Amino acid sequence: MNKRDLLAYSFLTVFAVFTIFSMLSMHSFGVPDENAMDQYIIDNTVEETGASNGVTAVVFDYRGFDTLGEATVLFTAVAGVILVFRRLKK
Amino acid sequence: MIANIPYIAAAALIIIGLYTIIFRKNLIKMLIGITIIESGVNLFLITLGYRKGGIAPIFTGAPAESTMMFPVPQALTLTSIVIGVAVLALMLSFIVHMYRHTKSLDVRKFGGDDQ
Amino acid sequence: MKGMSLIVRTIANISFPFILIYGFYIIAHGHLTPGGGFQGGAVVASGLVLMLIAYNAEWISQRIKESHLSIFESLGALSFVLLAFLGIIFGTAFFSNFLVGTESLFGGIPLDGAANINTGGIIPLMNFAVGLKVIAGLFAIVYVMAHFISKKEGKIA
Repeated sequence: MNKRDLLAYSFLTVFAVFTIFSMLSMHSFGVPDENAMDQYIIDNTVEETGASNGVTAVVFDYRGFDTLGEATVLFTAVAGVILVFRRLKK
Repeated sequence: MIANIPYIAAAALIIIGLYTIIFRKNLIKMLIGITIIESGVNLFLITLGYRKGGIAPIFTGAPAESTMMFPVPQALTLTSIVIGVAVLALMLSFIVHMYRHTKSLDVRKFGGDDQ
Repeated sequence: MKGMSLIVRTIANISFPFILIYGFYIIAHGHLTPGGGFQGGAVVASGLVLMLIAYNAEWISQRIKESHLSIFESLGALSFVLLAFLGIIFGTAFFSNFLVGTESLFGGIPLDGAANINTGGIIPLMNFAVGLKVIAGLFAIVYVMAHFISKKEGKIA
């Protein structure tokens, strides 16, 4: 075991302990804190957007900017893949 | 303590993925580690929005006065999944070209001049 | 790259229309049932990839061209952004749902907590735009990779 492996193992141990400790101090599973934004969306999504699917209403209406960024990332990735595999010579 | 088992599962997935990225020298295996970390993060996001006894936030055929899960973490997980697929395709195409140029998948061949 | 055996081709031919119908159903009912543009687009793209694997890359390239896939993807992205900008003109803000409650196409008013296929405003239209984009995008990735592999095998053999 050389010095680099030792460093990697110690980093991984610290990261694992920190992550598991922070997960243990989360709120308990199934009883989240009261969330006014989510409760508002659940209560008003049918009247405001006319969609029964709450997730689709959030994706396309309440948080449309997120979806715009997601579509941009997908477009850029597809353009990058096509660019990388482009035939250089016919 | 016992009620936090799903969080521990998400943390375990993240740690396994990080271990794979650090200690494997094959590029494909490092890619698999990245996708395992993504799965852990998606599981953590879904777990955050779960309410006990709740149903999915879809009103078609839902019984009246039923508790529903929070829709925002689920929508963000959907975003995360699609971005994960796109980034995975981009990384795979880069790996294909690195293999074509060096005939190797060992990550030590691409690095600097130590080792 | 010669494609797969006759059994696989026959089963792929039989199941391909059902996969397409199921995917378009998920896209069209995205505002009512679980699903939406991304999920349905992924289902339809999987059906197309099934045909690409059962036959070979040349068989697909005689029927679908790569430039057409790029055009469809750009069309989906452009219509998505255009619908968002129409919210500024006819509604209040970017991405505002200006069609809901206007009694026009997709603008029906949901009656006491029951949405149907005609309600939803711009959400079904955006589902179609994103579905088109995801179909073309995901299939273009696999298409380009399959062409790369088949070209390389042809060079070696």
